[in-house]
Amino acid sequence: MSITRRDLIRTTAGLAVGAAGAGLIGMPARAEETMKITPEEGAELRVTRWSPFVDGDEKQWLANTEQFTKDTGIKVTIDKESWEDIRPKAAVAASVGSGPDIMWVWFDDPQQYPDQLLDLTDLADYLGNKYGGWYDGPKAYATNDGKFVGLPIATIGNAMVYRKSWVKEAGFEEFPKTTDEFLKLCQALQKSGHPAGFTHGHGVGDGNNYAHWLLWSHDGAMVDEKGNVTINSPESIEAIKYASELYKTFIPGTESWLDVNNNRAFLAGQVGVTANGVSAYYAAANDPKLAEFAKDVGSANLPVGKSGKDIELHQVTSAVVFKYTKYPNAAKLYLQYMFEKPRMSKWIESSSAYCCQTLKAYADNPIWTANPVFAPYAKASETLRTNGFAGPLGSASAGVMADYVLVDMFAEAVTGQRTPEQAAERAAERAKRYYEA
Amino acid sequence: MNAAAEVALKPAPRRSRGARLLENRNVLSALFLLPSAAILLVFLTYPLGLGVWLGFTDTRIGRPGIFIGLENYEILWHDHVFWLSVFNTILYTVAASVLKFALGLWLALILNEKLPFKAFFRAIVLLPWVVPTVLSAIAFWWIYDAQFSIISYSLIKLGIIDTPINFLGDPTLARASVIAANVWRGIPFVAITLLAGLQTISPSLYEAATLDGAGSWQRFRHVTLPMLTPIIAVVMTFSVLFTFTDFQLIYVLTRGGPVNATHLMATLSFQRAIPGGHLGEGAAIAVAMIPFLLAAILFSYFGMQRRRWQQGGRD
Repeated sequence: MSITRRDLIRTTAGLAVGAAGAGLIGMPARAEETMKITPEEGAELRVTRWSPFVDGDEKQWLANTEQFTKDTGIKVTIDKESWEDIRPKAAVAASVGSGPDIMWVWFDDPQQYPDQLLDLTDLADYLGNKYGGWYDGPKAYATNDGKFVGLPIATIGNAMVYRKSWVKEAGFEEFPKTTDEFLKLCQALQKSGHPAGFTHGHGVGDGNNYAHWLLWSHDGAMVDEKGNVTINSPESIEAIKYASELYKTFIPGTESWLDVNNNRAFLAGQVGVTANGVSAYYAAANDPKLAEFAKDVGSANLPVGKSGKDIELHQVTSAVVFKYTKYPNAAKLYLQYMFEKPRMSKWIESSSAYCCQTLKAYADNPIWTANPVFAPYAKASETLRTNGFAGPLGSASAGVMADYVLVDMFAEAVTGQRTPEQAAERAAERAKRYYEA
Repeated sequence: MNAAAEVALKPAPRRSRGARLLENRNVLSALFLLPSAAILLVFLTYPLGLGVWLGFTDTRIGRPGIFIGLENYEILWHDHVFWLSVFNTILYTVAASVLKFALGLWLALILNEKLPFKAFFRAIVLLPWVVPTVLSAIAFWWIYDAQFSIISYSLIKLGIIDTPINFLGDPTLARASVIAANVWRGIPFVAITLLAGLQTISPSLYEAATLDGAGSWQRFRHVTLPMLTPIIAVVMTFSVLFTFTDFQLIYVLTRGGPVNATHLMATLSFQRAIPGGHLGEGAAIAVAMIPFLLAAILFSYFGMQRRRWQQGGRD
């Protein structure tokens, strides 16, 4: 249960408890609980989102939007941008004060210009109360100074994808749940000619996902709660040593991998296990030539290390409304409409396990049980930890991740360019540039 | 103008002041210059000035900055990744420019000879230059892929190597690979421009040299090269500038990896400014490129465009 004291104080206590309770036990929310938002006369909205990774996501979102226009008369235009172009475009919109009304942004983008974003706290509280509360990780990305400056839309989950037959052949009945066992699996897979492969290059998504998991599973952290750099620690060095052992079992060349390479290598049968979004499975499932291959694909959450916690970075996307919008109420109404059950449920289902719910009540979506491969992705929002843990989100955390400080720390050491100690020291030095500036 | 002419010109009272102003050469030339001056000012001087200014501030994405003097540069001075990018940029520019010049000149000389299908070959040579950089970079990405490289594949099939070549994973190989891709892309510009230069050299000079008993190397050394120097100076200045500021190729191929071994100043500037959100620091890196670029321009201006040297004399 994630209702904090603040949530309770913020909303009418009775409604909060009642609605949250209803959400938790899966009772349908009553119609009269719907928050009333009156849109401006003649409102029109422009939404910019990232280009979809799976077709179903876009189709359903557009269908829901069309329905919104029919129901309210508000015209909505949706533009798409490649996912890496979102950050600069949103930043430009925020700083010049013109552009789309609503934008889907990534990670800590809302933390970079919170003053330019519309306060969505009332809507977020309403949705949170009605649908079982927000997951902590996605919520942290979208809240600043106790206020919601965005609504987390989805977590794009990351999980192990592997070849079931090869894992079995290597002597494992099921996919390992701990880091030690996982190392043994990779060693066995390498011996049988089906090595593992994880991105050590500057892959924005895969590179960071892997590096953060290595660090966090060993209880390391970039900074402490106050933002003091703590990366040069025995935990980090242990994580680096573990990464080096794993690296020895990898297919050659992973230090040059960008975001696409692991998918390609996996689909070509070059690697037995890698970590990826569910798209790696889809590429096989949608290709008639790879039908047999797709049946052999298994998925699992990333193994738990000495930290004992199931934690990962994942990719989070939030919808923000810029303050400059002429139609703030229409924008809020649109978001409310899209997050309400009839639309959100369908959208999550159509996104084919790519987009994990950010509101807990949607965890029972039928998609998660539709295919065993999807199951690990259902936990994405739950296991999510924000980048720059355990410090505050903001320009320092964004800067450190964009500069690949953590990715480089592991890559430097596993390729033998530096000792683990030197690599950790250099990472600390680089992180301090951001945190101590 | 003598007095009589002045008197003769006097009875023209109908012409207005504006019309007379337009007759003035200085006014007219200023007027013609105005549009281009305005364009330069708006699209060149202003962004450049803004970039320089940003480098002196701590501007971040979504937050205006304040003037912090040279702090960004001090921070960069102690940043080993920045110095690595400076080293990479210089290595990249020097190696790629020398190769582009040598191969480009060679190609131009061949194309200048009497060849069958000359027009066809000249068109073919231009292809790498015509293809958008991003497209050719993606092609190279496949060529250099850690698993699916066509080069590795062929060599393995021929039995020359056992494992794929780690083109973009090994720091030295990665640098060589991106330089090779840049050279491939840049050769046509050098070759075609030098070819144009070669065709302006009068055949009579070669005839005279031949009559004086000059061999082919001597003709090249004492006729072709001096006559071509002004064009070489221009072409190489442009080539160095393009190479020094290259971005797309690196961004597609490596994103600056492995471990920043191929990060150029341009890519690092982008990485810090846009995805990293530190506009001030990114601008400072971009500004730090200016001295190098100026040096390249001045070198070509003073070093290679000296008339006497061009004419085969000594300074």
